[in-house]
Amino acid sequence: MNPLVVDQMTVAYDRQLVLEDVSFSVPEGKLVGIIGPNGAGKSTLMKAMLNFIPRMHGNVFVYGQPYEKQRHLVGYVPQRNSVDWDFPTNALDVVLMGRYGHIGLWKRPRKEDVEIAMQCLDKVGMLPYAKRQISQLSGGQQQRVFLARALAQDASIYLMDEPFVGVDAATEKAIIQLLNELKTRGKTVLVVHHDLQTVRDYFDYVLLLNKRVIAFGETERTFTYDHIQNTYGGKVTFLSATHIVG
Amino acid sequence: MNNMDINVQWVFTSMALLGLASGMIGTFVLLKKQSLIGDAMAHAALPGICIAFLLYGQKSLLFFFIGAACSGYVATACIQFIVKHTRIKEDAAIGIVLSVFFGLGIVLLTWINQHEGGNQSGINDFLFGKAASLTGSDVNVLAVTTIIMIIITSVFFKEFKIITFDRAFAQGIGVPVSLLNGVLMFLIVSVVVVGLQAVGVVLMSALLITPALAARYWTEKLEWMTLLAGVFGALSGVAGAYVSLIAYVPTGPLVIIFATALFLFSFLFAPKRGLCSKIIRRHVERKKLRVKQLMYERGEQL
Repeated sequence: MNPLVVDQMTVAYDRQLVLEDVSFSVPEGKLVGIIGPNGAGKSTLMKAMLNFIPRMHGNVFVYGQPYEKQRHLVGYVPQRNSVDWDFPTNALDVVLMGRYGHIGLWKRPRKEDVEIAMQCLDKVGMLPYAKRQISQLSGGQQQRVFLARALAQDASIYLMDEPFVGVDAATEKAIIQLLNELKTRGKTVLVVHHDLQTVRDYFDYVLLLNKRVIAFGETERTFTYDHIQNTYGGKVTFLSATHIVG
Repeated sequence: MNNMDINVQWVFTSMALLGLASGMIGTFVLLKKQSLIGDAMAHAALPGICIAFLLYGQKSLLFFFIGAACSGYVATACIQFIVKHTRIKEDAAIGIVLSVFFGLGIVLLTWINQHEGGNQSGINDFLFGKAASLTGSDVNVLAVTTIIMIIITSVFFKEFKIITFDRAFAQGIGVPVSLLNGVLMFLIVSVVVVGLQAVGVVLMSALLITPALAARYWTEKLEWMTLLAGVFGALSGVAGAYVSLIAYVPTGPLVIIFATALFLFSFLFAPKRGLCSKIIRRHVERKKLRVKQLMYERGEQL
């Protein structure tokens, strides 16, 4: 049974279709890149999967059960600029938020929650910054804090919305390392991605999206010149052949 | 100690509690960037209170609360309707709705004053607030409700924190975001309504926002910010009530003057975030740079 199945999902804003009949099924332990031009509905896809915005039609199944019943198995890393980084809190505190689902309402974080949060910070190389106020972190460091928070949640499936945007090379490397570690632990990770040059290196599977699924499957076979041209409406000309047909 | 003194002490205590609750809840309103919503809530409460007064015939905190909550709800619905169905942005929509509701409230208030023996009812005090008009039972209600609000805010602190910082993530990990947002909204309406008689419709939202704004300058931790905002609110409340009692000036404006003084002090003198410390830091850094430059130039010559 595949851990994540999206079945005929359709989403509309103000009677305008933004996603049409999207279906795909991701095998366990795969890194999936979601690729498509601006306005293709990549972020919308994630938000609709997580029920943040209503679906007009369609279902999401997590390990065979409707998402609504399996919420705790799905971790989400929002776009970095979706929050106010001047919020009065430190890195450790943000990572601890990943434990809130385990801690439960009202209760305070336990000692082991703090320990887990520290371990997660360590995994993304942010342990020295645990007590740093979050506005004092660089963009890349903020992104790593977000990742650590998702790790602390200890989910089986991760949805990451553009984790590579505006980060330095060190962070990009750290993120990739982390994604691969998640993969070896049998986690399934979906990543909204922009940089076509790195798709082949990073992802096992790709979902080429432009309001509809243009193509979905193993990167080797799916990330082809024709599919990319179809996704971007024939506007991609700068790619060298080596990046596409490996 | 005579009766009068005890009553006055109670007024101060309840003002301190009101300021505490207001500052604590205001912290979340400020960080959620909903300061204008607080203002809209306070202004929209006026017609609701007047209608409640007309229906019930006398002052009653419970009926005032229901009235204020209803008109606050209608106002929020109006704002959302405007934002959804026109090209008008939220701030403009709030501006329109807030003034319409306030205008309606003033019309009703004038009518009550002219017809229903409103002069004696003390409903006028709801405009600018009058701590001295708080009776024994008012004070009791004020004290109990604010204590409840302080407890709710403390109990749900962790939850309010996460829905304020990152709503989407909170939803993802199964935090009941809509419910908690409702609780927070309920707290905002509650503190506004119970504070109306003491501080007034016009300035109540300032008691919500200003202490939180001042507190933000002193700390980088939400726990401390919330506590400090509460303390600033309590100080402003007590100081305002005190001067109001001895000088026969409406309480609301005085409370806000004290809160603003605290804000200005924080803005200027807070360590790290304050203006003065920023200027000093910049100066020191410039000096360091100049020394470095000088050393570099000499090195070049050598």
